[in-house]
Amino acid sequence: MMNLLDFLTPSAEVCRRTGPHDKIVFSSRVRLARNLPGVSFPGHGKKADRVRAYEQLMPAVQAVPEMAGGLAESMERLTPSDKQLLVERHLISREHAAKGAGSGFILNREESFCVMVNEEDHLRMQALRPGLQLREAWVAIDALDTALQERLEFAFSSQYGYLTACPTNLGTGIRVSAMLHLPGLVLSEQVSQIIQAVSKLGLAVRGLYGEGTEALGNIFQVSNQMTLGESETEIVERINKVLQQVIEHEENARTSLLEKKSRVVFNHVGRAFGILSHAHTISSKETMNLLSLLRLGVDIGLFPATSRAFVDELLLLTQPSHLQALYTKREKLSAEERDILRADVLRDRLRGLDRPDHSSLGSGSAGTPASES
Amino acid sequence: MVCQLCKQKEATVHLTQIVEDEMKKLDLCEACAKQKGVTDPTGFSLAELLLGAAGDAPAADPASPSVSDAKCTRCGLTQAEFKKNGRMGCSDCYTAFADSLEVVLKGMHKGTRHRGKVPVGLRRAADQQATLEKLSTQLQGAIAAEDFEQAARLRDEIKAVKAAA
Repeated sequence: MMNLLDFLTPSAEVCRRTGPHDKIVFSSRVRLARNLPGVSFPGHGKKADRVRAYEQLMPAVQAVPEMAGGLAESMERLTPSDKQLLVERHLISREHAAKGAGSGFILNREESFCVMVNEEDHLRMQALRPGLQLREAWVAIDALDTALQERLEFAFSSQYGYLTACPTNLGTGIRVSAMLHLPGLVLSEQVSQIIQAVSKLGLAVRGLYGEGTEALGNIFQVSNQMTLGESETEIVERINKVLQQVIEHEENARTSLLEKKSRVVFNHVGRAFGILSHAHTISSKETMNLLSLLRLGVDIGLFPATSRAFVDELLLLTQPSHLQALYTKREKLSAEERDILRADVLRDRLRGLDRPDHSSLGSGSAGTPASES
Repeated sequence: MVCQLCKQKEATVHLTQIVEDEMKKLDLCEACAKQKGVTDPTGFSLAELLLGAAGDAPAADPASPSVSDAKCTRCGLTQAEFKKNGRMGCSDCYTAFADSLEVVLKGMHKGTRHRGKVPVGLRRAADQQATLEKLSTQLQGAIAAEDFEQAARLRDEIKAVKAAA
């Protein structure tokens, strides 16, 4: 079969996409869950039910102009590393990566829409945008949904709205989420307070790969939990408002860290740069945490502003499947071999980044005792 | 305070549930709580809490003692399976388990009625219904006012809207 990486936009290009507030917000997405009436949901039905839904949905989605020129594949035809690649790009869920025959995914050419067929629901379609663009993502997915409704009938009740496999998605079937980089709140130890406050507002805060995952690299996903009893726009606006506040808190945290603890911040960034550019073996987890600090370094001016895309690219291509697909012809590397390869790639790539320069940011000596000679 | 289930041991686990502004309390001893799966908050689904434990509470709705026997006639999913996995089997399950659903949804969502996007087809039908109602009111008015020219025009318009359906 085709090489998936040849189809996907190159990592460097993906990371050059810009959007509002992209210092703090990596990306925005809005997902809708839809199902066919009278066909068992994928998790409950027999294989015949899944195949019936698959055969009806795959051509219908591909026929929509928005999805033209894209990629449509059965999950059965993707190798495990291809699937992992899609997870690392945040195009499919980890649950969907575990699927095989009877499940599929469709991606449009611009990678702004991605549709999963027979995940937990018959159809899960999402619109993706760089930076904070929740409204834009909603408008886009609403249009795709409307276009699909010209071709398909979805299970709907006037009381409960769109019917979903799990009642937690019932009604609008909407999941509005943004991926945030919050190193300032983490370093100033305010992040758990923020998470608590956000949770109280009925929003969920999760790690990088969604449900039940760790917040590696100071990256957090914020999303709505309630889907029934409110309109889509009300949900989008509510979460948008909360995110604006989280962004403000993160900006304040960074400003105050620089004012009061610049040496601590410079120390973190400098050490991160040192390890990343000199290590000979490094885990994915450590890499992400250190790259997060480099990204913070870019944001506060220790590196040229143009290098944010470069750091984001490193974040993506040091993930296990990207590393494997890009830098080796070998079938399957062991974790140790991968850690060595990752370090090799980082040492090589980071030769292109100048050492952090704090000369224009003050001495970084605030609050330190007189130097001992 | 004694456990409301075994009525023997001291109740040390206290659950509070608010349904329609009415507070329901359930006091259990540790053994009964464990048996009901209430001790581990992570492995404890909301559906189970509301459907299962509440069913044993003295204040629970006495009209639905046999809810767990309910079964979806289309896909065969039972109420017990739904309680266990928290997932419906097909779109018809929402009708089959409608009685117990309200409580589950109340704890989960902002409301229990959909207020969002309506499918294109239904929206068109609703718009058309509204147009027809408006036109027939106008028609009645025109007839009452003996404006037969206007009435004839409205009648044709109604015909046209109906034909377009």
